[in-house]
Amino acid sequence: MLDGDRGQAARLAMRIVVDLARVMEADRLINVASAHVDGCLYHGPASLEFAERLVAGGAAVSVPTTLNTGSLDLLHPELVRETPERARAARRQMDLYAAMGCRPTWTCAPYQLAGRPSLGQQIAWAESNAIVFANSVLGARTNRYGDFIDICAAITGRVPHAGLHLEENRRAEIVFRLAGVPDRLLKEDVLYPVLGHLVGKEAGSAVVAIVGLPPDTSEDRLKALGAAAASSGSVALFHAVGITPEAPTLEAALGRRRPSRDVDVTPEMLRAARDELSTTSREDLAAVSLGTPHFSLAEFEALLPLLDGVRVDPRVDLYISTGRDVLAEVERRGWLVVLGAAGARNVTDPCPYITPIMRVAEGPVMTNSAKCAWYAPANVGAEVVFGSLHECVRSAVIGRVWRDEHLWADG
Amino acid sequence: MAEGRTLVAGEARGPALVLEEPLSFWGGVDPETGRVIDVHHPQLGVLVTGRVLVMPSGRGSSSSSSVLVEAIHAGTGPVAIVMLEPDPIVALGAIVIRELFGTRFPLVVVDEETYGTLRTDVIMTVRADETTAIVGPA
Repeated sequence: MLDGDRGQAARLAMRIVVDLARVMEADRLINVASAHVDGCLYHGPASLEFAERLVAGGAAVSVPTTLNTGSLDLLHPELVRETPERARAARRQMDLYAAMGCRPTWTCAPYQLAGRPSLGQQIAWAESNAIVFANSVLGARTNRYGDFIDICAAITGRVPHAGLHLEENRRAEIVFRLAGVPDRLLKEDVLYPVLGHLVGKEAGSAVVAIVGLPPDTSEDRLKALGAAAASSGSVALFHAVGITPEAPTLEAALGRRRPSRDVDVTPEMLRAARDELSTTSREDLAAVSLGTPHFSLAEFEALLPLLDGVRVDPRVDLYISTGRDVLAEVERRGWLVVLGAAGARNVTDPCPYITPIMRVAEGPVMTNSAKCAWYAPANVGAEVVFGSLHECVRSAVIGRVWRDEHLWADG
Repeated sequence: MAEGRTLVAGEARGPALVLEEPLSFWGGVDPETGRVIDVHHPQLGVLVTGRVLVMPSGRGSSSSSSVLVEAIHAGTGPVAIVMLEPDPIVALGAIVIRELFGTRFPLVVVDEETYGTLRTDVIMTVRADETTAIVGPA
C-alpha cells in the first residue's frame, strides 16, 4: 500500500498507520475486524481537508465501519443552532465519510447495533466511551483510536500491534474496592457515572479492576461508568470483577500480579465526585439532556413511566439523544407517542454537548451523564447540574432543579 | 540540553508552558483562541499559542488529535510538545499536520529527571530528528 498500488488515499492512510506503529514501538501491524470512526465530526478546515484528500485519492474502507455522531442532525435539522457556513462544512464532512463506505450510523454507542464485536476480537474503534465499552464489557481489543487513525485503520484494515491489542497490557494495575459503599447506593443508576468519574480521576490511563459491583450490573450502568472514567481520565479498559468477561476473579483481572495501588471507595469520596459534576447552584433550568452516551432501548423503557401523563415545563427543553436504529425501534413500539405527548425532543445524529443545540445562555443544563457534565461547560458554554434520571425528569417537568433527598442520604 | 525520544520529528523554539495536570485538547483548548477552556483544569484561561507545551500525559477524548491539528493549522497552537509518557492521540495530530500541510511539529518524550527541570516561561529549544531529540533552554 505504501507504494500506492491501492491508490493515493490508501498510501496516505498506510503512511499514518506505519508512523503510529513506530511511535507506539509496535513490532508489526495486525488485521482488524471492524472500525468505528469519529472523524465525521467537523472540527474545522483542517479536518475537512483531510477527508477531502482521502476521498480525492479514492479512499474506501476495507472492513465494516460505523460512524460516530456528526455535527448536524439530518433527521431533525431544526434542532441545531449553527451558522450556515459551519453547517455546510459539517454536512460535507459527514458526506465525505459516508462516501468512503462507512455506514451512516451516527451513533456514539455502536455496541448497541447488531453484529457487535466478540470476546478477543481485534478492532479499531474511536470514541472514548465506545472504546472503554468494547474493551471492558465486550472483551474486544482496541486501543484509544481517534480522529485520522480511525479512518486510516478502516481503509487499510491494519493497526499497530501494541497497547491493548496485546494480552499482557490488559491486566489491571489499580484496584477499586466498594466494600464501604452501601448496598442501597449500588442499586441506584446514579452511582455508576459518579463512580466512573471518581475512577477516571484516580486512575488516569491505567487499566483498573473494580471489586464489589453487583453481579447483575446492567450494560447501561457499565456504559455510564466507562463513559465517565474515559472523560475525567483516559480509562480505556476496566474489569468489573465477576461481571466483565476478562475478570471472572480479581486474580484473573490482575494476571496474578500485584496491583500498584488499592483504593477503598467511601461514600464521602462518592459525594465529592458527585459535587464536582455540577458547576452551578442555579435552579432555573433551560434544558435537560439525557442519552449521552446514546440512550438504549432499556433506558427508554425506564424513562417511559416517568414521562407518562406529565408534560415538560415550557421553560425547559428536554432532549433525549439516541442512535437512529434505536429510535426506529422506539417508534415501532409506539413509545414516540408518549415521548411526544410529554414534550420530549429526540436528537439523533449530533451530540448536544458538542453541537450547539441547547439554549445554554438562558439557564443551566441538567443531565444524568457524567460525561456531558464534564464536557458541556467547555464545549457549548453550558452551566451544568448533575442528577439522577428521576431527578432530571422531574426537574424538567416542574421547570427547576428538583432533588431526591433520600438518594445520597447516609446509611 | 537533555536527550529525549523523538515521537515526531521537527524543530521549534519558544517559552515553555508546563501543565500541572494532563489536558485533553478536545474540550480543553479552543483552537480559535489558543486558550485552555477546560473548567476543571488548574490553568484555565492560559494561552498555549507559540509555547513549547510540557505535559505529563494525554487525557480524555480521542478527538484531541483534531483539535491539535486545527490549532496548529490556525496558528493558535503550541510550537512543540514535550511529554513524560508517549501519547498516540497527541502523536497523530503531529503526524497528520505533517502529512497534510508539510508542517514539522516536534513531539518528544523525556525522562522524569529532565521533565522535572522544565519551567514555565523559560525559552526552550526542541530539536528532534528521526534518531535523537534534544530538549533544553535555548
